[in-house]
Amino acid sequence: MSGPSTYEPKTPFTRWLDARLPIVRLGWDSFVDFPTPRNLNYWWTFGGILAVFLMIQIITGIVLAMHYVPHVDYAFDSVERIRRDVNYGWLIQAMHANGASFMFLAVYIHMFRGLYYGSYKQPRELLWILGVVIYILMMAAAFMGYVLPWGQMSYWGAMVITNLIGALPLVGDAIREWLWGGFSVGNATLNRFFSLHYLIPFVIAGVVILHIWALHVPGNGNPDGVEVKGKGDTLPFHPYYTVKDAFAIVVFLILFAGFVFFAPNVLGHADNFIEADPLITPAHIVPEWYLLPFYAILRAVPDKLGGVLLMFGAIGVLFVLPWLDTSKVRSMRYRPLARWFFVFFVIICLLLGWCGAENPDDLVFKLGYDAAGNETGFSFLWLARIGTAYYFAYFLIILPLLGFIEKPKERPASIEAAVLGDAAPKPAE
Amino acid sequence: MTMLRIFAAAAAAIAITGTALAADPARKPERHDWGFSGPFGMFDRAALQRGFQVYQEVCAACHGLRQLSFRHLGDDGGPFHDPAYPNPNDNPVVRYIAARYMIEDGPDDVGDMFEREGVPADRFPSPYPNDAAARASNGGALPPDLSVIVSARAGGADYIRSLLLGYDYDPPEGFSVEPPMRYNAYFPGERIMMANPLVEGMVTYADGTEASVEQMANDVTEFLAWASDPKLEQRRRIGGMTLIFLFVFAGLLWFSYKQVWRNVAH
Ligand code: HEM
Repeated sequence: MSGPSTYEPKTPFTRWLDARLPIVRLGWDSFVDFPTPRNLNYWWTFGGILAVFLMIQIITGIVLAMHYVPHVDYAFDSVERIRRDVNYGWLIQAMHANGASFMFLAVYIHMFRGLYYGSYKQPRELLWILGVVIYILMMAAAFMGYVLPWGQMSYWGAMVITNLIGALPLVGDAIREWLWGGFSVGNATLNRFFSLHYLIPFVIAGVVILHIWALHVPGNGNPDGVEVKGKGDTLPFHPYYTVKDAFAIVVFLILFAGFVFFAPNVLGHADNFIEADPLITPAHIVPEWYLLPFYAILRAVPDKLGGVLLMFGAIGVLFVLPWLDTSKVRSMRYRPLARWFFVFFVIICLLLGWCGAENPDDLVFKLGYDAAGNETGFSFLWLARIGTAYYFAYFLIILPLLGFIEKPKERPASIEAAVLGDAAPKPAE
Repeated sequence: MTMLRIFAAAAAAIAITGTALAADPARKPERHDWGFSGPFGMFDRAALQRGFQVYQEVCAACHGLRQLSFRHLGDDGGPFHDPAYPNPNDNPVVRYIAARYMIEDGPDDVGDMFEREGVPADRFPSPYPNDAAARASNGGALPPDLSVIVSARAGGADYIRSLLLGYDYDPPEGFSVEPPMRYNAYFPGERIMMANPLVEGMVTYADGTEASVEQMANDVTEFLAWASDPKLEQRRRIGGMTLIFLFVFAGLLWFSYKQVWRNVAH
């Protein structure tokens, strides 16, 4: 969509540079003059928010790494030392730990935005797929980062997740041992997790560049889902969207600061303030909140291998989503049926998160007593099963079928028409 | 601004799941009105000092405080902070406290370990040489280090205080507690190896406060809350200013946004 470049170097130096490395031109075309649909709402600000948080994570992480000691005997104490003795270490540590949560909050909003407005559809399939790659890398980075402070949840979380690999037939044990670098989670594991945790964010940054490149070829989608047709549909990115994004970023930072300064530990788990002890298993091993829905899917089936496959399948299905959704209509604003299935999908994802946090055998609500006098009722296990079924049905049954069944509402002729209504210049009939 | 509302709800939901993951003790910790709870609460300096006295005279017999050095006591926000001594190593109270401990040091020139008086840079010495010795002296149970105990327990300060006051309840009918175990209504599992540590008047407070059991429990819990989170006061002060800055900045950006978009329908 980026048409011919409008950049004109004005000084001898920029002319000289432009003839050799047109990097200023690239920046100008991508972030100043870039034609952006005029009807983007605040759900479109989360990409920029994510970019800011990726930078926050990288910068705070590099400083933490200057003081952190990746050794089973010192890791826990070194994090305490950062909190107590390193200048502003308490701030940097809290920003990094809460920053991970906020990045996931932002990425989930960003992804649900994509699901609702059909951002994954032709011609943006690859853009979406690169996003899924980023999401997987984020989960890997977050999981390994959580292991580093070497608290009880760090250790036992690492144990649970690496043991999942052991469920694979034939090769499982060998792969698990290779990942551990030994016969259990130990010092070798901690060292390699630190190394990879440092590496992955830079890989993410690389994929983000591809992501934005893939965005700038077709251009942004928009809430009405009709493609840009003419000049009246767009505005230059700067100043219109730089100022709107900046406002959204700062509002998001206010929420972030609220957690960092006034509740730095509520998103964590008290057990992670206890140093890792391979001999004492915590009463409930739970992952961080942003992985809970997948944890619920994992535990929804009685068979370990089945659970592992379902869990990976829940992410894998996102890769083929662009070809599962058969509707030609992008935005669910104009899909009267799909939007309700979507709302229900969001609720189900939240419920799955709840299930992941609870003991599967506990009851959501009780119905009565069995012969032995124990409470019976509807357990979290069954809620998770229903949720898992809907999760997959949404992608594999509902979206493929709706394209044929649903009668979409009438869509505006253009973005300009959607924004201006009757005042818009009429397209020639 | 529906977005903002959705946002606040999401944040609240996260906060709730974050705390809902606690282990289940027999009784829920009793809520106490701490001066340091609430977003702008600060520690009570006198309570911190009394609490330190309780830790030193009672708890330190079995529990370490290994993440802390004596100098931390004189840090900004600490129990013995004195603005006249921005460097806590110079603080005479801190130096006095440290000097009353004997610290093993060495090896000296001929390879022997030796004992010397503590200095503010020394860490609090642990009561036992190692975990095995600690267990052997406590019927197999390991008295946990108290440096981060308030952060490390669901329920935080309320839980610690309740636990210290939780020895007065009788076990439910048919619930057997074999000595040397004791019944404690707030302890997960309700059987605890630690004997009731606080007895009326067992500490003579330097400031003359009457040392009731509840007073001592409150004070030592406040001290331990500080030990777990020594930057609390600094964090909240800087946090308040950061929020003011961000709100003003957001306001400026909002008006810039209105200005830039004023003639554009969207
Ligand atoms: C570090 C993580 C990420 C960063 C920094 C990032 C960045 C961006 C940016 C700057 C935009 C343009 C502005 C906007 O639409 O908000 C964008 C658009 C998009 N992103 Fe991401 N993204 C990330 C992760 C993801 C993930 C995990 C997915 C999906 C699985 C995804 C899917 C998309 C899609 C489909 C669009 C185009 C939306 C449209 O214009 O309709 N992104 N991304």
